[in-house]
Amino acid sequence: MTYKHWKLERETGDQNAGLAWAILDTANSSTNTLGAEVMAELGLILDECERTPPRGLVFKSAKDAGFIAGANIEEFTTADTPEKARALIQRGWDAYNRLAAVSYPTLALVRGHCMGGGTELALACRYRIAVDEPGTKFALPEVMLGIVPGWGGMLRLPQIVGPAAALDMMLTGKNIDAKRAKKMGLADACVPPRVMENAARMLVLSGKPPRQAQLPFMQKLMNGPLKGMVAKGAKKQVAKRARQEHYPAPYAIIDQWQNYGGNTLAVPADQPTSLDALIRHSTTRNLIKVFFLQDRLKGFGKDAKSFAPRHVHVVGAGVMGGDIAAWCALRGMTVTLQDQSVERIAPAVGRAAKFFEKKLRDRKLARFALDRLIADPKGDGVRQADVIIEAIFENLDAKQKLFADIEARARPDAVIASNTSSLKLADIAATFKDPSRLVGIHFFNPVAMMPLVEVVAGEKTAPEAAQKAAAFVRRIDKLPLPVKDAPGFLVNAVLGPYMNEAMKCVDEGIAPETIDAALVAFGMPMGPIELADTVGLDVAVHAGKQLVADAVPPKKLVELFEAGKLGKKSGQGFYTWVDGKAQKVGGGDTANPELAQRMLKPLLDATQRLVKEGVVADAELADAGVIFGTGFAPYTGGPMNYLANR
Amino acid sequence: MKFEPVYIVDGARSPFLKSRNVPGPFSASDLATISGRALLARQPFAAEDLDEVIVGCASPSVDEVNIGRVIALRLGCGNKVPGWTVMRNCASGMQAIDSAIANIHSGRSQLVLAGGVDALSRAPLLYSDKMVLWFSHMAQARTLGARLGMFAKLRPGAVLAPVIGIVKGLTDPVVNLMMGQTAENLAWKFGISRQQMDGFSVGSHQKVSAAQKAGHFDEIVPLIDTNGKVYAEDDGVRHDSNIAGLAKLKPFFDRTYGKITPGNSSQITDGAAWLLLASAAAVEKYQLTPIGKITDTQWAGLDPAQMGLGPVHAATPILQRHGLGLNDLDAWEINEAFAAQVMGCVKAWEDPAYCQEQLGLDAPLGKLDETRLNIDGGAIALGHPVGASGARIVLHLLHVLRRENKKRGIATICIGGGQGGAVLVEAV
Repeated sequence: MTYKHWKLERETGDQNAGLAWAILDTANSSTNTLGAEVMAELGLILDECERTPPRGLVFKSAKDAGFIAGANIEEFTTADTPEKARALIQRGWDAYNRLAAVSYPTLALVRGHCMGGGTELALACRYRIAVDEPGTKFALPEVMLGIVPGWGGMLRLPQIVGPAAALDMMLTGKNIDAKRAKKMGLADACVPPRVMENAARMLVLSGKPPRQAQLPFMQKLMNGPLKGMVAKGAKKQVAKRARQEHYPAPYAIIDQWQNYGGNTLAVPADQPTSLDALIRHSTTRNLIKVFFLQDRLKGFGKDAKSFAPRHVHVVGAGVMGGDIAAWCALRGMTVTLQDQSVERIAPAVGRAAKFFEKKLRDRKLARFALDRLIADPKGDGVRQADVIIEAIFENLDAKQKLFADIEARARPDAVIASNTSSLKLADIAATFKDPSRLVGIHFFNPVAMMPLVEVVAGEKTAPEAAQKAAAFVRRIDKLPLPVKDAPGFLVNAVLGPYMNEAMKCVDEGIAPETIDAALVAFGMPMGPIELADTVGLDVAVHAGKQLVADAVPPKKLVELFEAGKLGKKSGQGFYTWVDGKAQKVGGGDTANPELAQRMLKPLLDATQRLVKEGVVADAELADAGVIFGTGFAPYTGGPMNYLANR
Repeated sequence: MKFEPVYIVDGARSPFLKSRNVPGPFSASDLATISGRALLARQPFAAEDLDEVIVGCASPSVDEVNIGRVIALRLGCGNKVPGWTVMRNCASGMQAIDSAIANIHSGRSQLVLAGGVDALSRAPLLYSDKMVLWFSHMAQARTLGARLGMFAKLRPGAVLAPVIGIVKGLTDPVVNLMMGQTAENLAWKFGISRQQMDGFSVGSHQKVSAAQKAGHFDEIVPLIDTNGKVYAEDDGVRHDSNIAGLAKLKPFFDRTYGKITPGNSSQITDGAAWLLLASAAAVEKYQLTPIGKITDTQWAGLDPAQMGLGPVHAATPILQRHGLGLNDLDAWEINEAFAAQVMGCVKAWEDPAYCQEQLGLDAPLGKLDETRLNIDGGAIALGHPVGASGARIVLHLLHVLRRENKKRGIATICIGGGQGGAVLVEAV
């Protein structure tokens, strides 16, 4: 029988005769997704195998990109009524139950990404092999879209790896690499690609008991009689990060595992943890929107197709410049890092070394990343670089002088960029021979944590330069957002008035802890006062002058600034900082919607104004920018979406 | 055969970091990679454009097998640029240069990164033969009883007396003399006193000290370790070195009765040195501006017990081929393995008997003007990272010639095992 998306091949050789391979190759797609047709054909394959049972059945992918990327998300987004959603869940739940019950042994040979419904397919097999490559990643990321792993993930993952590890994976949506998968029992074996087919043949025919039968006694207890205790602990953990009214999905996962055997369909529709409740909740809609917005941002990197940057030259080895350089080296770029002396570059190299060890968890790989980061006090790298990023202090004269030298020495096809956050790009470009070359590539602090990078086009910036800059941003795995050359661009222009309002509240006698708690309760990753301390009060004073229409700066801010109390970096600002942590008295997780709304208003107003002025192309991109650039509560779908649906 | 000049496009080295009896902050491949990356970053061509990378290294660590290839990959040369390692003891770095020249002459290569490296502070401790045998028997012991029996046979002496790799490396395997003992031979042969050697050594420190202050070591690429600490200069030099201080040190190789002390020997050091070599065609192709050219090289062998005179045997044929006297060269670099050894070389050229018997000359070559010799000091003050020194002296000689607006010089080095190597360079 022939299929549109699958191939079923039976081996004929002596040793492996009767072994069958189910090879997924989703038609018209670079990745494997589990749409209705693919799932229907899976049923036909199981039918065929029922008629002539193989000695073993191995699932693998025909795609270079990976194993299975998950459900078909377009199909999922059209399931906007509870009935359609139930049907969608039912389809996968039944198919995988059937797969799990077949009489012959089954195995998933996982190479590359294995997400959501892909991981659930693998879990329904008797065995799993993880191919030991950097690209191999298991995840159940449904929670990030506000939904639950309803195709048996909540049922089987706790049986296979124990409930603690399973809940951790389902509640965070995090990626599990091949070695980790083996270690935690998610995979039965972790093998190099050269032996993967052989390993699959040997393991599927081995007759070994499945992982479920090997689960330690204590884990079995935790997945049985002690469920309540585990669930309580998990809820407590989740509550620290997400309030139930904002993010119902993680609470639903815990409840469905604890009380319904992981069967989403068994939850009565009137329960707050039911599929119906999730589908009706605005968070689910908004998170899916955010997911698509991320794709839209990624798309901006595709215009300059032929641009394949490999060498980045960064000028300025301060916190921003140093961290930009380290990030680029981590992403495989050759990086030359320039500053006035090697002594000024050294702290950035030391910081990068620690960062690489933490991130790569392998001394050799960390060393090789550090090899790519070259201290360049003389600026020799300018001549060869594909991308040149200036990240020196915010002084127009200094920048113009520096760029005069860079423009003279850079390759004609190199991208010349400034990371300025407070100067007008057009002013910097004024002394260029060819002002169309200068583009803004504006990173956010901390570079390693913030996914967004603003790509700023000044009045004279050539479209090609901005496209190449966006391509570069994608190449280092960040999200490019095209913005116009207006003060503060998008992100800082919305943060400025918001932080200003918060500091005015302090002047009125409201405790910083109370203010921060109100915004954290709203869903911000960090309150505005703590944020001001983190970016530095000198920066806040400077930015305030430029970004806030109101001429009178907050009193307390000025006092602190003049006393040299600059926040986190000096150990004292609105808060006292010890070991990089703000020392807070009280506050906690106290919701105070009125107070929160007061501070959000200037942010929302600013976003609206910037959309109207065309600093950012449309409302959706403004939402994307503010979420990925500031961490603005993702469940709201961004400030413009929040305004529209409030 | 006519020697086609090979161009030196550029060069760089790491600071030479004195071994402090603990493993230094950088492995050999770290030293070579960091300095090499900086060197390549300032070239108008990409690392992938190199035809090959050749590295001289006398004692790579166990996880740096074929360190030349390890370094080539870490330099970002890509999979397609071959990398290999050469070993000629103290002249390994010079051998790398000569191997590059040979391949450029034969037309196999146009653009070669060649140099040398050693991290002697990380030289391995080896198990004694007895201990190795014990391990082997232990591996064959099958039963618990047999294994316990093996432990009974274990003598603490065998465990606690590892063979120090560097001592092995610095001992001649044929005549079984430590390098310092071969220097004692020269001191004896030419009647060089302890005080003369110590005086030479003080001079080396003073010259390095003055050159550092004048900024004459600009071939150095500063290194940054993983803690953000900067290593910008050679750190073995003693700015206050004096005869009285050196006189206090005890003879190390022939204990009690000898004259060679750690103070009048080269230091044990970590370091790397690089040269970028190019054919005339490559210079044209990439529009390079060479800083110098190599116009001749020579290797020679001699009695291993007098290995320190290697430079005399290697440099003399070059002088003869080009019709040059000792002082027709504007500058000399004779690697300072030992004060007695460099002084011995100078004396050998003055010695009618030695010149006649060993070099077949009718008359001695005469007195080398010592103001032309090791103008900025040498390995006694800078240290001698074995694999790197041969490349360092070629590079630094060129820097000296260019600085003083001079033309021609010879860099030459003695080699454990009884050899010498010499390179004739011209500033461009």
